[in-house]
Amino acid sequence: MAMTVHVDVVSAEKSIFSGLAEFVALPGESGELGILPGHMPLITRIKPGTVRIKLPYDKEELIFVAGGLLEVQPGLVTVLADTAIRGADLDQAKALEAKQRAEEALANRTGEMEYARAQAELSEAIAQLSAIERLRKIKH
Amino acid sequence: MAGSKEIRSKIKSVQNTRKITKAMEMVAASKMRKAQERMRAARPYSEKIRRLAANLSHALVTDYQHPFLVRKSSVKRVGLIVITTDKGLCGGLNTNILRQAMATMRRWDGSGVSEVQVSCIGNKGLGFMQRLGAKVVSQITHIGDTPHMDQLIGPIKVILDAYQAGELDEVHIAYTRFVNTMSQESVIELLLPLSGERLGTPESAWDYLYEPDAKTVVDDLMLRYVEALIYQGVTENMASEQSARMVAMKAATDNAGSVIKELQLVYNKARQAAITKEISEIVGGAAAIAG
Repeated sequence: MAMTVHVDVVSAEKSIFSGLAEFVALPGESGELGILPGHMPLITRIKPGTVRIKLPYDKEELIFVAGGLLEVQPGLVTVLADTAIRGADLDQAKALEAKQRAEEALANRTGEMEYARAQAELSEAIAQLSAIERLRKIKH
Repeated sequence: MAGSKEIRSKIKSVQNTRKITKAMEMVAASKMRKAQERMRAARPYSEKIRRLAANLSHALVTDYQHPFLVRKSSVKRVGLIVITTDKGLCGGLNTNILRQAMATMRRWDGSGVSEVQVSCIGNKGLGFMQRLGAKVVSQITHIGDTPHMDQLIGPIKVILDAYQAGELDEVHIAYTRFVNTMSQESVIELLLPLSGERLGTPESAWDYLYEPDAKTVVDDLMLRYVEALIYQGVTENMASEQSARMVAMKAATDNAGSVIKELQLVYNKARQAAITKEISEIVGGAAAIAG
């Protein structure tokens, strides 16, 4: 069997792949990267694309990543995959949206009254139940 | 039969409430399992990124100091990320964390903090902070049962940007930590600057090759590390929410059961009293005729 290296692909939401591989190909920040066992320590950003992991016995695993970071240690390759496509502009747009929502929420506090009312009624019923329960305990 | 009709309708209404709470209990139980799985699934990433951040923060001390690692000498302006649930009916979960947040903010007020910027994740905290008159700079509500990093990036970035621009000296995070099904713990932790204990000691520092350059990579890594910490807070909060709701609804269902029993007893007594009264009236009437 050929030389292998341990490969972990994890995202913030779950662990995607973990196992031994003979070769890993992925889209690096400055070009396509091919990692063989014994590669020197490296940290780089990766672009959105496919991570190709060549497993022993001629099997292959293809994983799509939306960007992230790659760390190569002696004997260990770690891909920290992003779950969302990132970019300065995209992130900025999301931040603006979050800000706007905060301002809107301040201006408009009457939203979702129906749901809130139904919930208030139910919690009142539950409060009544526990009050009755407590009274009952005092009585006996 | 005075009052027995009212008692009957009361029993009906309590039975309906019990049905609802029972259903909510079961829904919460199944959601709790999933929320716990998600919480566990997020751990490998945050563990790996923590180790990498520790390695890098150690290897790069002289080269480049990331703003997230720099400790400010005086703390005047503070950011607070408050993670709460969207929906209520989960016991004292939100009350506890918000009470603690309020106490902390009051303490900051007393110790010379001039401004607190709040970022709210979850409906309950948002409503509370608005009533309190806090400066809410960003918010996200209705993240559903499966939180995605995608939704959190925006609100987090507002606070992190303010920190990086020097507008904030510290950032804290308030959430409910999941201990086990029966107990959850509300905590307020220091998020930024990243403390040494949090990062841990580096296992060994390799002389990495950086692409495109060390600064870009470290910037990216630190951002993702902080995001992962917050994401973890959100998943823990969600697991806490479901288990607190399950426990609260179980208590409500049990209470409803005993109230129904109690009311049934009162109803039976009232019915018996009415029957007795009727018989004695008939007997009295018969006696009057016979006499």
